[in-house]
Amino acid sequence: MSLQYPALIVVVPLLSALVISIAGWVNKRWCFPITVAALAVAAYSSVGLLFRVLDEGVIVYKLGGWDPPMGIAYYVDHLNGLVLAVVSIVALLNAIASKKSIEQEFPEKIGPFYTLYVLMVTGLLGIVVTGDAFNLYVLLEIAALTGYGLIAMGGGRGPLSALNYLYMGTIGACFYLLGVGYLYIMTGSLNMVDIAGILPDLYQSKAVMAAFIICMVGVWIKMAFFPLHAWLPNAYTHAPSASSSLIAPLVTKVMIYVMIRLILTIFTPEFSFNILAVSKPIVWLSVIAIFMGAILALKERNLKKMLTYIIIAEVGYMVGGAWLGNRVGMTGAILHIANDALMTLCVFLAVGNIVYKVKGAEFEDLQGLFRKMPFTMGAFIIGAISMIGVPPTCGFFSKWYLISGAIQAGHYGFMVALLFSSLVNVVLFFRVFEICFYEPFSDHHGHGHDRHPEPMDEAPVTMLVPLFIVAAILVLVGLYTGDIVNHIIEFAIPKGLV
Amino acid sequence: MADLISIIVAKYNYWIYITLMMIGLYAMIAKNNLVKKIVGMNIFQTAIILFYVSIGVKKGATIPILEHGHGGHGHHVVHAADYVNPLPHVLMLTAIVVGVATLGVALALAIRVYNQYNTLEEDEILAQIREE
Amino acid sequence: MKIIGLIVAILVGALLVYAAADFPAWSDPASPASTYLSPHFIEKTMEETSVPNIVTAVLADYRGFDTMFETTVIFSAGMAVFLLLRTFRREEPEARHYRHVLTGVTLRVKEGGELPPSDDFERIDSLWTPHDLIIKTVCRLLIPFIQLFALYVIAHGHHSPGGGFQGGVILGASIILLAISQDLRTAVKRMAEKLDALLCSVGVLIYAGTGALCLLLGLNFLDYSALASVLHVDSIMARSHGILIVEIGVGIAVMCTMIWIYNNVSSGGKYNQGL
Repeated sequence: MSLQYPALIVVVPLLSALVISIAGWVNKRWCFPITVAALAVAAYSSVGLLFRVLDEGVIVYKLGGWDPPMGIAYYVDHLNGLVLAVVSIVALLNAIASKKSIEQEFPEKIGPFYTLYVLMVTGLLGIVVTGDAFNLYVLLEIAALTGYGLIAMGGGRGPLSALNYLYMGTIGACFYLLGVGYLYIMTGSLNMVDIAGILPDLYQSKAVMAAFIICMVGVWIKMAFFPLHAWLPNAYTHAPSASSSLIAPLVTKVMIYVMIRLILTIFTPEFSFNILAVSKPIVWLSVIAIFMGAILALKERNLKKMLTYIIIAEVGYMVGGAWLGNRVGMTGAILHIANDALMTLCVFLAVGNIVYKVKGAEFEDLQGLFRKMPFTMGAFIIGAISMIGVPPTCGFFSKWYLISGAIQAGHYGFMVALLFSSLVNVVLFFRVFEICFYEPFSDHHGHGHDRHPEPMDEAPVTMLVPLFIVAAILVLVGLYTGDIVNHIIEFAIPKGLV
Repeated sequence: MADLISIIVAKYNYWIYITLMMIGLYAMIAKNNLVKKIVGMNIFQTAIILFYVSIGVKKGATIPILEHGHGGHGHHVVHAADYVNPLPHVLMLTAIVVGVATLGVALALAIRVYNQYNTLEEDEILAQIREE
Repeated sequence: MKIIGLIVAILVGALLVYAAADFPAWSDPASPASTYLSPHFIEKTMEETSVPNIVTAVLADYRGFDTMFETTVIFSAGMAVFLLLRTFRREEPEARHYRHVLTGVTLRVKEGGELPPSDDFERIDSLWTPHDLIIKTVCRLLIPFIQLFALYVIAHGHHSPGGGFQGGVILGASIILLAISQDLRTAVKRMAEKLDALLCSVGVLIYAGTGALCLLLGLNFLDYSALASVLHVDSIMARSHGILIVEIGVGIAVMCTMIWIYNNVSSGGKYNQGL
């Protein structure tokens, strides 16, 4: 069966999504177990696949039995093996953690919600595993369409934010499609490896350069890279907790994976870094992205919205790291995909727990939370110090690689931006801790000296256990960073890049 | 001058698709009405579909359905030059479906927005949000 | 915003015009797109899949995996529209309106009032809804022929332009025509919401299930030649039959999703009269 892992990763969630949608009409109680089972199979297969890749190198899986440039093929190497494992584990943990909040927020529509949830994971896993440029577009649209639905379920400004996201997302996806069309008209192929083999003769062509630019801009829109980020904060803030803790960790990270795949596989580092010579301006753009993300986050008085601006800054980290044009920076960017997905999951799950109990994430709602929800806040602290970049959590190590990459490339602006953003994160999170530490004052007016601290009112165990697991993974990944870099990421980057 | 005209004529499919695409993109960014933006989005997608389909055209070739498909028992030799490239058609069938799907979701979202704010003009909606 | 839009559109246009300089001229038989993969498809399709319509063969076999996800895209769109719009809370109005079909007289029945049990009355949602005997009758007569043509388009996709998507859209259009010419209630009576939603999933399930069956029979996902042992034909005919099976699945899924999206969007999720 292990030969079929690449297909199982995508097919099992797809089939289960269909079964869930049928179960939604028959008996709603079946939806959750099927979701968890499907995501567990996907997670098991992707981890199994990663270990197979570690043993055997690149695995090619021919869909329909057709040989690659004719048919569609999956290429699983160290890069997408790692990302696949992260995506499927994040999706599984979040599905378990958000059971209660889904039941609380839309009891009538559990079936459709889980269907879209699993379809979205299918789309994201498919994007990562595929080796065909056009297949990637189709899966991109699956992930996007389901994402619009999941985001718009949030009340208030949810639908409007989702509609704006839809406009931007469609432009992004269409740009990518157009870029693929340019590659197709110049090479006649749609297979990534095949295109990469034909392109070297065409490196001087204007059309190939345009294809590169269009694809990049499309992916940047999708990942909310500054200045194309305007859709992200509202969409993620107004989404229901269960959706935002799936979408926020995964979508931007998967799009960064696509960008790295474009740079490394389709266009090769030789073209991206040496022939085009656009690395410097892009890194400067990411420096601005980091500064803007950090500054805009300082302004926010809503915990969830503050975190969305941090995501924009983190996107800047990864784009900058990938475009530094050296091995260390690329290592940092790839490592940060995994780390940032897990950190973001950790803090968003914690916010989900808070919203579940307190019904809001404005700073005023957070008072007294340390006493009220000590376990949730404990995990939140671990996520926060990882985002700040304190050892031994994993956030420190990827940041360290990024900074070394910046020094090696002689790009001190990027280094300063990373340090600045870390400092701002310290300010942001300690401000939140401070608010959460003190009791609300307004409640005690009538009581005089007789102060009753609020009783402990912690989120249910099903929400806490996944949160603890994520927090533990953050530390574990931090401790095993050396192994991950030496055994996985080292092989994910082509030898040509030094 | 003659060169320029011959370039324009030889590649007129690209100019048409670029024009349509610019119209769509402009409508998506500049229009105030949310449904007009959806219309712009459709023009934008259709432009890309036209671009792809125009890649497949080949001079002197017919539609990619083999004549004497059955009963020939393989004696009939097929020449690639006689049929247009089928791949762009296949790809665009997918893109059309994606376009329809996006349109459906966009309209559903527009209905939700309209139920909530009683208008589809973006500036009026933003004014309402600011008042809250 | 207008100026930004103009600048962006012109910048993108300029980039594309600049790039178009390197493109092959229109309908150039020597362009890379026409010389690299397409000759293989054109010359080998008949040998390898026994389907004369090359587009169908490439769509459902060589790139069948794309097409499976394309069906999934439309399924997820239907699901998303349903999730967004459908309201289950029923707000019964104070008074219901009924129309006597033969005379066109509208009755207003107050809450609690009852209507004489008769098939001649139809429920309407507002005091005045258009009603045209000619349109209703003509559409009713046309719909069976439209559906028959749709089945032909699905079944004949191997030999002529057509296939699951086209046929499915025509089938869906026939029901939507019923909903437009009569009203949504009549159409939903013919094609109940639950049936429609279940068939959507079943359609995609036929496609993905065929692929999974190939996997269980020991070959790769969607490798229809594995079906040879089940269908008792040689592996090339098995591909042809496999294509037909998935096209039927696509047809069902597309038909039901079109109807589902239309029902939800036209009635704002309330499933009352519709447009």
